[in-house]
Amino acid sequence: MPLLEIKNLTVSFDTAAGPFMAVQGIDLSIEPREVLAIVGESGSGKSVAMLAVMGLLPNTATVKADRMAFDGIDLLKLSPSERRKIVGKDISMIFQEPIASLNPCFTAGFQIEEVLRFHMGMDRAQRRARAIELMKLVGIADPEERLNSFPHQMSGGQCQRVMIAIAIACNPKLLIADEPTTALDVTIQKQILDLLVGLQAKYGMGLIMITHNMGVVAETADRVIVQYKGRKMEEADVLSLFEQPKSNYTRALLSALPENAVGDRLPTISDMLFEPAPSAAGTGPATGAAS
Amino acid sequence: MSVTVLEGKNIVRDYHVGGGLFRPSRTVHAVKGVSFSVDRGKTLAVVGESGCGKSTLARIITLIDPATAGELFIDGKKVDIAKDGLSKEMRRKVQIVFQNPYGSLNPRQKIGDVLGEPLLINTDTPADERRDLAMRMLKKVGLGPEHYNRYPHMFSGGQRQRIAIARALMLNPSLLVLDEPVSALDLSVQAQVLNLLADLQDEFKLTYVFISHDLSVVRYIADDVMVMYYGEAVEYGSRDEVFADPKHSYTKTLFAATPRADVASIKARLAKKKAA
Repeated sequence: MPLLEIKNLTVSFDTAAGPFMAVQGIDLSIEPREVLAIVGESGSGKSVAMLAVMGLLPNTATVKADRMAFDGIDLLKLSPSERRKIVGKDISMIFQEPIASLNPCFTAGFQIEEVLRFHMGMDRAQRRARAIELMKLVGIADPEERLNSFPHQMSGGQCQRVMIAIAIACNPKLLIADEPTTALDVTIQKQILDLLVGLQAKYGMGLIMITHNMGVVAETADRVIVQYKGRKMEEADVLSLFEQPKSNYTRALLSALPENAVGDRLPTISDMLFEPAPSAAGTGPATGAAS
Repeated sequence: MSVTVLEGKNIVRDYHVGGGLFRPSRTVHAVKGVSFSVDRGKTLAVVGESGCGKSTLARIITLIDPATAGELFIDGKKVDIAKDGLSKEMRRKVQIVFQNPYGSLNPRQKIGDVLGEPLLINTDTPADERRDLAMRMLKKVGLGPEHYNRYPHMFSGGQRQRIAIARALMLNPSLLVLDEPVSALDLSVQAQVLNLLADLQDEFKLTYVFISHDLSVVRYIADDVMVMYYGEAVEYGSRDEVFADPKHSYTKTLFAATPRADVASIKARLAKKKAA
């Protein structure tokens, strides 16, 4: 049984100019212990789809799906309070801006312990012990000391580690990481990615990586979904995606990487997008066909 | 023959952090004696992590902040803004493009005014000529005359970065400092902006100081590379030298940390995972 199964997910936002379709019929499934990467540019609906799973979208959003099930539980039929018991415990999420996603008014320790109190009902001493254990797990030196630090006293990398500690506090079955390293330096990015993949393997979590960085995909994913303008362009395992991309859009994305530059100009997406495909297998985004 | 546009000798910048009632004051050494030189039409890339002093260096080169010690030469002339102040002449020679195109444009200013302002402040160009020049520059960076009367919020990130580049070029500078110009942009838009920068460099013989932490971009755009670590230039050389044979341990760490998107390294990773 897949850990998370989504069929034909559509998310639209009510705007002054009428409904805006952010996600248009996405299918997605992830098995336990799998690392799935969702790639796309800003506006491709990759974050919105995951926020819909978490139930974190604002009221202006309308979420429709034929099926949205987590671990056999139909998320669409749950009441908000039942859903809150799952979100943050069995499914948890890490966001892009580590410093902005922590509450500046509370210490790191308080914010980790809050999850433990709400979901696990631990007493004060247990919470403290578990928080220290979690801080060690995510590689923060001096955990006892750091529990009393406020977010502004820590670096971006440390804040992201605290976010990860909060996310894995209740041993989630599925961890969603939304651009976890975009705001970080390359060297810190490497450490955080190693940490995430290490934790994923150690605890057998499912991990969904949302990113626009093809390098991050290459370093972490088992399977990849490429999204463009709310539609799925391609789904493939990581090796075949890089070896033989099927859709024009993926091919364009890969060739826009600076390290793949041929000559002194980079090919851009618009150059490639509307050209006929070199092989019959390619499907253009104009038709929105998924592989 | 190559002409040296920019030269720095032992540039030092200290920041004095004032103490409070219970805290003594201290001095932060942001840049500790960095030397470099860039020829006309070439690109020097400055690489390093946040806090290593690369943006401080950019501010010194752009003549925003004075250096605490050391000598800075632009077009062969020694510049010391701490002592002599900054003439309009000097200000025209060096321009900067900032990292975040959402923050660097005034939301209440139309694009036409954004582009006309450098001319208004620094030159006596009459209004109709300013308008003409702004229109022409819009076309140069791949926008159209219809964008002249729009506000920044009506543009995407890539378009805004084009506007920021256009504004920097309005005064025909010889040196352009690019402070992480593409790190806030998507991959495909990043490619467009990098191409635009390359086109403009060819056309105007511009000299770039390109600040970045993305090594794949640096490898693509730079002629020379300087790696900074805690305020010091730990490695400085031509791109091929630095990429082929990194000497300092920090440079090696940096290379090792850069994610690789080639098929061979994916295969190696998957094989390792299977074995584990």
